[in-house]
Amino acid sequence: MKGFGYLRPTGVEEAVEAYAAHPGAHYLAGGTNLVDLMKLGVESPGVLIDVGRLPLDWVEELPDGALRVGATVRNSDLAAHPLVRDRYPVLSQALLAGASGQLRNAATTGGNLLQRTRCPYFQDLGKPCNKRQPGSGCGARDGVHRDHAVLGHSPHCIATHPSDMAVALAALDARVELYGAEGGRSIPVADFHRLPGVRPERDSEIRPGELITGVLLPAARAGVPSAYRKARDRASYAFALASVAVVLRVADGVVDQVGLAFGGLAHRPWRAHHAETALLGAAATPAAFEGAVALELDRAEPLRDNAYKVPLARNLALDVLNRLAPAPATA
Amino acid sequence: MANDPLEHGGPLPGTGLPHDDPVAATGPARDDPRAGTALPHEDLVTRAASAAPGESGEGRRPRTGALEQDPHPAPRTGTALGAPAVRREGREKVTGNARYAAEYPVPGRVHAWPVPAAVARGRVTGVDTSAALALPGVLAVLTPGDAPRLGGTDDATLAVLQNRHVPHRGWCVALAVAETLEAARAAARAVRVDYATEHHDVVLRPDHPDAYEPGKGAQPGRLEHGDPYGAYAAADVRLDTEYRVPPLHNHPMEPHASTAHWDGDRLTVYTSSQGSTTVQSVLAGLFDLPEEHVTVVAEHVGGGFGSKGTPRPDVVLAAMAARHTGRPVTVAYPRRYMPTAVGHRAPTLHRLRLGATTDGHLTAVLHEVTTHTSHVRKYVEHAAVPSRVMYTAPHLLSSHRVVPLDVPSPSWMRAPGEAPGMYALESAVDELAGALGVDPIELRIRNEPEREPGSGKPFSSRHLAECLRESARRFGWDRRDPRPRSRTEGPLLIGTGVAAATYPVLIRPSTATAQALPDGTFLIRVNAADIGTGARTVLAQVAADALGAPLDRVRTEVGRSDLPPASLAGDSSGTASWGWAVHEACAALTARLAEHPGPLPAEGLLVRSDTAGRADADSPYARHAFGAHFAEVAVDTVTGEVRARRMLGVYAAGRILNARTARSQFVGGMIMGLGMALTEGSTMDAPFGDFTEADLASYHVPAHADVPGIEADWIEEDDPHLNPMGSKGIGEIGIVGTAAALGNAVHHATGIRFRTLPLTPDRILTGLLPQR
Repeated sequence: MKGFGYLRPTGVEEAVEAYAAHPGAHYLAGGTNLVDLMKLGVESPGVLIDVGRLPLDWVEELPDGALRVGATVRNSDLAAHPLVRDRYPVLSQALLAGASGQLRNAATTGGNLLQRTRCPYFQDLGKPCNKRQPGSGCGARDGVHRDHAVLGHSPHCIATHPSDMAVALAALDARVELYGAEGGRSIPVADFHRLPGVRPERDSEIRPGELITGVLLPAARAGVPSAYRKARDRASYAFALASVAVVLRVADGVVDQVGLAFGGLAHRPWRAHHAETALLGAAATPAAFEGAVALELDRAEPLRDNAYKVPLARNLALDVLNRLAPAPATA
Repeated sequence: MANDPLEHGGPLPGTGLPHDDPVAATGPARDDPRAGTALPHEDLVTRAASAAPGESGEGRRPRTGALEQDPHPAPRTGTALGAPAVRREGREKVTGNARYAAEYPVPGRVHAWPVPAAVARGRVTGVDTSAALALPGVLAVLTPGDAPRLGGTDDATLAVLQNRHVPHRGWCVALAVAETLEAARAAARAVRVDYATEHHDVVLRPDHPDAYEPGKGAQPGRLEHGDPYGAYAAADVRLDTEYRVPPLHNHPMEPHASTAHWDGDRLTVYTSSQGSTTVQSVLAGLFDLPEEHVTVVAEHVGGGFGSKGTPRPDVVLAAMAARHTGRPVTVAYPRRYMPTAVGHRAPTLHRLRLGATTDGHLTAVLHEVTTHTSHVRKYVEHAAVPSRVMYTAPHLLSSHRVVPLDVPSPSWMRAPGEAPGMYALESAVDELAGALGVDPIELRIRNEPEREPGSGKPFSSRHLAECLRESARRFGWDRRDPRPRSRTEGPLLIGTGVAAATYPVLIRPSTATAQALPDGTFLIRVNAADIGTGARTVLAQVAADALGAPLDRVRTEVGRSDLPPASLAGDSSGTASWGWAVHEACAALTARLAEHPGPLPAEGLLVRSDTAGRADADSPYARHAFGAHFAEVAVDTVTGEVRARRMLGVYAAGRILNARTARSQFVGGMIMGLGMALTEGSTMDAPFGDFTEADLASYHVPAHADVPGIEADWIEEDDPHLNPMGSKGIGEIGIVGTAAALGNAVHHATGIRFRTLPLTPDRILTGLLPQR
């Protein structure tokens, strides 16, 4: 690890100013991913701006019923928050499905969104990776890619985004709140992460120096069914082979509200817009779910060794949709 | 049941005490070290010194018998073998006070970081160290051109930085030395290495043109009895099947690490090793020193699982860098370098053909294994060997073919040979049971051999059938519906499986000293290695038992090369080998004390033992531990996830010397077998030539959530042909057969036979799909 400067601003403005004074600096929060990458030599920032202790560590209910989650709220705390457990069970479940207890205690909401892919080629300086070193090639495409993307990948990159939390946020229509030199803005979580295209080095739409200040969860009544399910190689501390986050409200047998997002399949949480469109207003039946999910996953382009992800994602989605849908009233 | 170790042992021999609490011992022995001198020591010494226990039943456990017969019994010591004595260093470890190799605060100590080769085969054409040397705190960069020259070694993996050849990706091509770990790492990264790259070949396949049949190493590479092909072709029932085990990695919690410093021409290293006697002799050879000029300290070792059985390059690099810079140097391997630098379990491709009569008697067993080795050091994963031990096979073929590839050097990993071999054999036996419609336990018992099939020797003891029956009873096997896919819970398919386990009894010569001190305590010195097994503790028990002394009067010193030389902690041979030497020394000391009038001299009385020629003598018996593994799994049809629900292992391994640490070893082995079955395995990255899974986030050892209720237990076994303690090794058998039991349970659950480990969701779901 090469030497680096370390700053610890006390407020958001000060943090953004610190970046302006040190272009190329990295924000540091929980450090559960960035510090690893610095040890590996994947990241070598000249200055770290520690935002982990900014006063953004609260969860606040807004007058319209929305929930604002501060960027430095720890994953463990967010998962355990009563309002989150009550109104957004999918989010609590997703958080608890991620990492390990120790990591969740350290990792923050903002940092979770900005974690990098765990693609082994990205982490190995001795191998090509367009994300780490644009133009060097993709080692995974012809190499080992059982864990890689089946949707939205490009010839330049087949990495997946590793977050569980972000998948739930995408299904919940959450927004990322950002603050930068040009002021504040917000972006839907589902649009925050990018597809790789020809610029795989860019994971998200965040601008240089911009800071995530929080996440806004739209108002939700308690009792709107939602759930997260993740398939993985071992029972804990493993990234998703595939996962699904579902929000589903059914009224009179008809889908009244639906949010469906996949994890582990793409360079970003994969919001299943095609499936959602098909389901909204349709009868909440197993056949309808199957048709809608197929509509989404028919777009998959599996690689040599990851075709299993398509039926896995389908099974996960159908399992959760059918579980969340109320049993049809007996005639 | 399994939580109470005493339930199996019954009253502890010669004591009746429930545990090793020395306070519970009655008075006199605590004050008089020679309290046991009323015993017939001469007999003890004579027996211990004359007869190899393998020759006769006379030599074993004389102490216990003597106690029982003595009209003036020695005070109860509470130290008898079998007691669940607690680990002596446990408090040090859990409080963080135990010191490991990289933690010795040698004054002036600096750090080194290796530079791994970035090509899979070729030559180093240039090393540019200027950028590295310009970094602050950097002392030196050793390269193939300027590193100290090494003397001879049998192990070419240790000949680091001696030439420019690159035999595999990850091979050490330079070493950066700096004041801090961080500076060393930065310097290593700043070293620029140019290569002339050659085409590499890293993919193992059974029809590889370079495959050859190895000659006799520790085992003959090929063993053929009768007419296996003819008998197989003529068999009533034939099974022809294949299994694959991927590369597996030892990944002990403490990485390979060494701290070296020179004082003139004397070298001291603190290293993480399973046997510092060997490290001493290897370093003496490499650095052209008399052995007594090399001191090796391995006081605490955070696991090895075979990968620290012999020295690894870390200790050589540390000593080279220390000589080169004149500073004490620590080399602690980064986790990510371990898969390429410290050995791995080579992948094995198995073909099994079993021929049987319709009533389930095996007539032919053919087990053929293809595996890889490196071009640096030949190593053969002897995975076909269990077929020479397990079942009656009048016509037997057990053979290996090895393909040298441009891969990192494989080496020992817990139960080398047996672990992958018994996965394949015990899976095939399960298949055969299904084909015959015979219960898999019954099929195994029907094929219990009279003598060891491979050698023709009688077994010193063999209680496999008893293990199978006892564990079947506990597991509730009689309630099992044998039909595959007969039990469901919603989307879960539930299945149970069984497999046998075996591991050979290996014993190596060792030396030890036993010293009686005037204060009434005893000091036992033996260069054993405690790699987490509890060696210190059980050796104290062996000593206390032989001395008739309370356990708290016995101190043991292990883990230093200036102690009496002893064998390594490997092959499940440590306790038997060291214990034999300790037992002999203590028995002889007891005799000396009996003859010694009056108080002891200030230096006490010291006796030295050496078991060479006896511990390693050929036995007329086939000596193996056996066991049975049972497992219940749930297979999720939605995801293909397999999770173990419960596991049971019951072993027959001679006399169990410490119920607590033995159980820990059995359970640990079973968990490693669980990982082998369900989660562990690495993938050769063929275009680049290394293993893809290089950290513990991607190489999936079981997490706590994966480990179900595990019970490990044993059957008391009285075998007079082993060693003075009557013990067989227990460090490895827990991993043997576990993966087969789990795989057989997955077959029972799903009706599908999966033939490639690990049983991860991608494979299981793909297998399940056509049936949905």
